[in-house]
Amino acid sequence: MDKRVSETVTDFILNGDHVSATPVAGERLSETLRERLGARDVKIGCNAGDCGACTVLVDGDPVCACLMPAQQAAGRTVETLGGLAREDEITQRLSESFQNFGAAQCGICTPGMMTAAVALLRDADAPNEEQVQDALGGVLCRCTGYRRIIDAVVAAGQAEVPTQAEGHAGEGIRRLDGLGKVQGTEAFGDDVAPAGTLEVVVIRSPFPRAGFTFGDLDAFGETAGIEAVLTAADVPGRNVFGVIPAFMDQPVFAEEEARFRGEAVAAIVATPEFARDFDPTTFPVTWDERPAAQDVHAAMAPEAAQLHEGRENNVMCGGFVQCGNAKAAIAEADISVEGSFRSGFVEHGYIEPEAGFAEVVNGRVEIHACTQAPVMDLDSMEIILGLPRDQIRIIPTGVGGGFGSKLDISVQPYLALGALKTGKPVRICYSRTESMQSTTKRHPSEITLKIGATKEGKIKGFDFFGYFNTGAYASWGPTVANRVPVHASGPYKITDYRAESKGIHTNCPSSGAFRGFGVPQSAIAQESLFDELADKLGIDRLDFRINNALENHVPTVCGQVFEQGVGIKPCFEALRPAWNDERAAAEAFNASNDTLKRGVGVAGGWYGCGNTSLPNPSTIKSGIRADGTVVLHQGAMDIGQGANTVISQIFATALGIPVAQLEIIGADTDVTPDAGKTSASRQTYVSGSASRLSGEAMRAQILARVNASEEAALTIGNGQIKITDQGSEHVIDLSTLTADDEGYVLRAEETYDPPTKPLDENGQGIPYAQFGYAAHLVVVEVDTKLGTVKPLKFVAAHDVGKAINPMLVEGQVQGGIAQGLGMALMEEYLPGRTENLHDYLIPTIGDMPPVETHIIEEPDAHGPYGAKGLGEHVLIPTAPAILNAIKDASGVRLTQVPATPSRVRAAIKDKNNGN
Amino acid sequence: MARFQPGTRTLDYFSPTTLDDAFERLSARNVDIVAGGTDFYPARPQGPLKSDLLDVTRIAGLSGITQTSDGWRIGAATRWSEIFRADLPAAFAGLQASAREVGSLQIQNAGTVAGNLCNASPAADGVPPLLTLDAEVEIGSARGIRTVALSNFITGVRKTDLQDDEMVTALLLPEPPAHARGAFEKLGSRRYLVISITMTAAVIGLDAEGRIDHARVAVGACSPVAQRLTALETDLIDKTLGEIEVTQAHLAPLSPIDDVRGSGEYRLDAVAEQCLRAIKQAGRENG
Repeated sequence: MDKRVSETVTDFILNGDHVSATPVAGERLSETLRERLGARDVKIGCNAGDCGACTVLVDGDPVCACLMPAQQAAGRTVETLGGLAREDEITQRLSESFQNFGAAQCGICTPGMMTAAVALLRDADAPNEEQVQDALGGVLCRCTGYRRIIDAVVAAGQAEVPTQAEGHAGEGIRRLDGLGKVQGTEAFGDDVAPAGTLEVVVIRSPFPRAGFTFGDLDAFGETAGIEAVLTAADVPGRNVFGVIPAFMDQPVFAEEEARFRGEAVAAIVATPEFARDFDPTTFPVTWDERPAAQDVHAAMAPEAAQLHEGRENNVMCGGFVQCGNAKAAIAEADISVEGSFRSGFVEHGYIEPEAGFAEVVNGRVEIHACTQAPVMDLDSMEIILGLPRDQIRIIPTGVGGGFGSKLDISVQPYLALGALKTGKPVRICYSRTESMQSTTKRHPSEITLKIGATKEGKIKGFDFFGYFNTGAYASWGPTVANRVPVHASGPYKITDYRAESKGIHTNCPSSGAFRGFGVPQSAIAQESLFDELADKLGIDRLDFRINNALENHVPTVCGQVFEQGVGIKPCFEALRPAWNDERAAAEAFNASNDTLKRGVGVAGGWYGCGNTSLPNPSTIKSGIRADGTVVLHQGAMDIGQGANTVISQIFATALGIPVAQLEIIGADTDVTPDAGKTSASRQTYVSGSASRLSGEAMRAQILARVNASEEAALTIGNGQIKITDQGSEHVIDLSTLTADDEGYVLRAEETYDPPTKPLDENGQGIPYAQFGYAAHLVVVEVDTKLGTVKPLKFVAAHDVGKAINPMLVEGQVQGGIAQGLGMALMEEYLPGRTENLHDYLIPTIGDMPPVETHIIEEPDAHGPYGAKGLGEHVLIPTAPAILNAIKDASGVRLTQVPATPSRVRAAIKDKNNGN
Repeated sequence: MARFQPGTRTLDYFSPTTLDDAFERLSARNVDIVAGGTDFYPARPQGPLKSDLLDVTRIAGLSGITQTSDGWRIGAATRWSEIFRADLPAAFAGLQASAREVGSLQIQNAGTVAGNLCNASPAADGVPPLLTLDAEVEIGSARGIRTVALSNFITGVRKTDLQDDEMVTALLLPEPPAHARGAFEKLGSRRYLVISITMTAAVIGLDAEGRIDHARVAVGACSPVAQRLTALETDLIDKTLGEIEVTQAHLAPLSPIDDVRGSGEYRLDAVAEQCLRAIKQAGRENG
């Protein structure tokens, strides 16, 4: 008779050890590995084979553990990154190479990438780029832009550890937190909870707008396996959260009406066995679907229901900046161009869905979850739980990508409420669909823009209006509304300017923060029309931009004048050799090809670092223990971008010791001061400045103790500090100093807040203490018969003031470009239709061409060692550069992103009379 | 403590090693067949399993590619990576190229050829090349073995000719003309891991004068079930590669829809170009 294995043990070899498990029918190997066998290095990003994070080797072949029935492992050999990193020589070389190249940023895809790469390297000693792409094509990465991963795998054979030197500002050292990422030991949101922990399952609205009534929840709560049912009635504090106090409007659980598809109305806390088999549609709730407004025009129509009291016509708020007289200037201009531009929702697409764990410890609730903003989480939880602040502790886990969406709370209240109501530890991990349905998105935009110019090619008048679909709740919508008018000019001299934005509520997921806060959308309009203007004037497109580029001593559209650090012109100048060469090459290619056409596009961008005209402090604490250990409390969340490394490099530079000597204590609201949110490209600048101040303060008190000069060299360790100054040596015996409560004999806690000034009613003022600048060039190949667009090469010039870590700078550039490429060519989130990673497409390793990065260093007056922020700047010029290159190649101007093959081909047919 | 407690479920996971055991199980009660799991898991709704599972991957003789007296036999549980690694006639080049496009390498290492057919997605990458190879589907049950042409096996979106007690046991492919070559063209919005917007497979043979004497062209993702373009195939005969054209009449069997991947109008436009490319590539491979 056949083998019935439901109640028999599944034996296999896991990472060299014989293991036994008893999976139930239908259990995925990924679950068995993670929950029964402790292999938390196997990451789950989608549970559908779309992301490849769970890749393991079965008898040497890479497969998605999430798609393999666990019983199929019987008698086989299963290898995961954790085991490979311990035992396998190829993997160990690859680990070194990954670290050397910065191939792991957040690290959530790294186990999948590395196991897939190990399978390749076992077959091919020296794989080429194409082989690496074919082997790794099934693993998605949202941080790196893939190029460093390709480099790392290609170079795995000859990996050498570079000397790390002092690791001071300016040195491209490896990430300080890289080892856990390449060995699979870093614990992300779903990796903290012990196996067997109670699970929270959220009940969500299946409709964009619906009233609802609950059935007998008490009876339902008696179901075996259910420990608790949570609804709005269980929120002990206020049932509301939001990132901007004046606009706080989102309930933890909707009351009476759900305002978007995927909105939470209730939750259950249940045993893992119950949660596994629980069908949310069996929850006792009756839905009353109601007419929903899902775009801005429907929402502003008189018949549309108002989403929030006090926000007439569903207008959340607007933003406005004006200088000179835009309309009059355009009327007087020699020429003008105008256009309308559209973009859709963009999903952040981090590979780690929101996840976490909470428990009640000594009466306090402790929340472990992936987040970009631990102290803001604490602020929200204080309101929701109605508990004294000191009764709540936020302990961030590793963060598997954020890009803006993990600034808002997601799982935190469900975890805390579940733990408090049951008195037991609880965990939650959003499914990919839940994550996509319920968390924030990039704002869809509808922009109209008119720009005038003189025949000499100077901008004369710029008139911008943009609608932004902010979804059901405000989230960071007001920030987008405010930022866009400040940035819509791009980094150019414009004296007659008017820019207005409006954020409109709809029955859609909340639009919030996403790398660039609305500026990538406005840059598409502005940079597209700059090409149209240049062409109409017969001026070279790059020259046109350089001629109008902002400079030191010249006011921005907000009237702000920088005396130093305006680096856009050098960025554009850095592109000029490629601009000349690549255009000539494209012309030659096009002369001998009829169907494939190449084109070259450029675009510029700028981005103000930190909050817009609002306080935005960071605090960094450091201490030295009696044994000479130097401790840095580094609270700037590292979501893959590298804050753990950069903030530490700055501190080490300021104190004057090697960075490797630092012991780093991460964010934890009990022990590490608030370094603000990882947002607005502010960590290198703002927390970096606080870190520098902390290092300098520590150094100053050490030097003061022995009256040494500024030039003195410090050696700290073995219970003493040696100060060598002008040939003489002083020693501080640390054991003679008194330790404080935290065990520090010396400490320095410093705060930095960027100097800004409020904007007046015309948006005039000092919105940001610093801007960073960027210019991109891209070569694309358009298949004019199919409408496909293939970027072949990027050249990216970025003014970062001072590259604290050039390797991490390049990592940000490549990763940002990949996201800009996705926005330009393939990404559009449609609620109800693309709620997974096979209908919502992000770039794969085969879609990212090489990137040549030029680092420009125009020092900023305020940033640490002149440094400026970078993260968001990167994807601002990418999409418009691609659209400009498509126009250059094919003659068609796409005004809507993504420029899918279907849309590009339709535009080409339209232009060529149907051919 | 284990997250899952054993013994709390009544559903079973069967993993027979012989076909007869599998057939018996299929006859005895309602079971869902699982093989590579690459469609089973993504399609599984939240909630409890509804049926016992029958894992067919350990059945002796159900995997692998063998040459028979009159052609080729591809076992139902043969994985896509086995197909692209196999040494096969040139006419199979389109099938082998499509095997490299099914999801990702991870999917190709798990997903089976029969699973791709039984899932009956309009965008199944394996179907058009198998149509161009005149594939027949071998179906087994306790009642016996029968074969049905692939074009009759998939009957609609997510629908097949398979009865509850039956399972696919193999694909049977006649020996293709020795001089014929295959090609496969896939159109998607990104390079890897992408559901096709449209796809076209062709098998083309040229005579000594360079005129087409064997033509098979099939298109996927442009109709509920992938279609052979028989009118086009007929018109291709005796043409040189330079003379071929694809007309709207040739595409009459297609009925593409508008969806998130592209409009129906776009699909029809793109697939005409794709047919030309696939035919020319297959023809050029003839040397």
